[in-house]
Amino acid sequence: MQSERIDGATKTRAVDLGVSIVLILIVWQIMVWITAVPPYILPGPIRVFNAFMNNAELITQHGLVTATEVLIGLVIGTTFGALTALYMMISNTARRFVMPVLVLSQTVPVFALAPMLTLWLGYGLGSKIAMTILIIFFPVASTFYDGLRTTPNGFLDLAQSMRATPLRTLVYVRVPAALPALASGLRLAAVYAPIGAVIGEWVGASRGLGYLMLLANGRVKIDLMFAALMALCGFTILLRAVIGRICNRINHWAG
Amino acid sequence: MTSGVGVRLSGTVLHGDQCLFAGLSLELTAQQWTCLLGPSGVGKSTLLRLLAGLSSGGEFSGKIVADDGLCVTDRIAYMAQRDLLFPWLNVKQNVMLGQRLRATTTDGARADALIRQVGLAEHIDKRPHQLSGGMRQRAALARTLMEDTPIVLLDEPFSALDARSRSDMQELAFAVLQGKTVLLVTHDPAEAVRLSHHLYLMSGQGLVAQTIKTAAPIRAVDDPATLKAQADLLLTLKSGI
Repeated sequence: MQSERIDGATKTRAVDLGVSIVLILIVWQIMVWITAVPPYILPGPIRVFNAFMNNAELITQHGLVTATEVLIGLVIGTTFGALTALYMMISNTARRFVMPVLVLSQTVPVFALAPMLTLWLGYGLGSKIAMTILIIFFPVASTFYDGLRTTPNGFLDLAQSMRATPLRTLVYVRVPAALPALASGLRLAAVYAPIGAVIGEWVGASRGLGYLMLLANGRVKIDLMFAALMALCGFTILLRAVIGRICNRINHWAG
Repeated sequence: MTSGVGVRLSGTVLHGDQCLFAGLSLELTAQQWTCLLGPSGVGKSTLLRLLAGLSSGGEFSGKIVADDGLCVTDRIAYMAQRDLLFPWLNVKQNVMLGQRLRATTTDGARADALIRQVGLAEHIDKRPHQLSGGMRQRAALARTLMEDTPIVLLDEPFSALDARSRSDMQELAFAVLQGKTVLLVTHDPAEAVRLSHHLYLMSGQGLVAQTIKTAAPIRAVDDPATLKAQADLLLTLKSGI
């Protein structure tokens, strides 16, 4: 019954999102008609749609590259983030030394690191995956660590009264109780990850949606640039929905 | 089944430099129910948590000894006001939690039998959010029984239930905990009178043993002597002991 409610709510949200997008597209097209802005400055959604259809194969090819970068970065970044949170939870030394570095690292704009990553890792997938990992590592590590730290005291009392070892308390009590917090981090990561990949592609790449956008911009094919951007938005929405769905399945008990 | 362990607690509880309780003496008679009755916030749960070996916010200086000389905290099962069922586990998995946490052999058949005993056989695969408050406390009781320890510590386990569920749970708990040494912490004089073999009133000054001059528990809710004992206890509580 609860899953039916969740499905119903998801459908309502999807309809709301669809209506909002259609409204934005209508306003966008009307603005283009009213202002008569030239298409090399701002193409209307109809022109962008046509560009998308005419270049579907090209956009798909570049889109698959970006998707690969994002998915690999997401898996590695999530794994590293979650392991770091676990390490900070079980080690006082890690808590003392890693946490301040983590917080400090957030003062460095990740975008500024992109040229260096390209220098060190080259123009291929590596530098984009590294950017993606860097951008999602902190939200995953910090949300999961917060979840691990804030296990309800009653659960810990119960585990202690049952003579659980610290390791088994971590595995069977703290980790499952922290999964909703980890899910919050993952939902953020799903939205941030494509940003990391595209920034990496802007700095230096020969493939990917970010590269295609720069290429189209340079050749004044603004409608193609917008079409690539729309493809990126669509991919991000899909990724966020899939990750959200997986998280809901794992944490169905959290309501 | 292990059973028949009496426990004696004596000592002083400090909180920083402040003395919370001096010269405490509490005795749990083997295989009987001892109730600790007192107003909220007086420190009943602190004492129970000391016996359970849980952090109590106070520093205990004294002795907690079992009459067989063995460790007390290794042989307790603990049930709190909140059911503390893990929401990601179903009823059976929750009942077997202790075995899982200790990495000992799991005994599914025994868990099934205990779940039947507390009347949850039809709900064995349900998650806690699918159960009513009373059913959740029944599951928590089955989990407590699954521990099969001689000493059971109950920290106001029925106080969040409605009157009927509370009465049902008192009867069920009393029946299934036969042979255990039980400490029940409660702020409800009716519950204390109904279930106690031995009763202590707790106030800021410490513990005072009370005598209940009626038949042995579990006492009928409509027994005039029980009702009189409840009224007397309530008056004693109101007078601040």
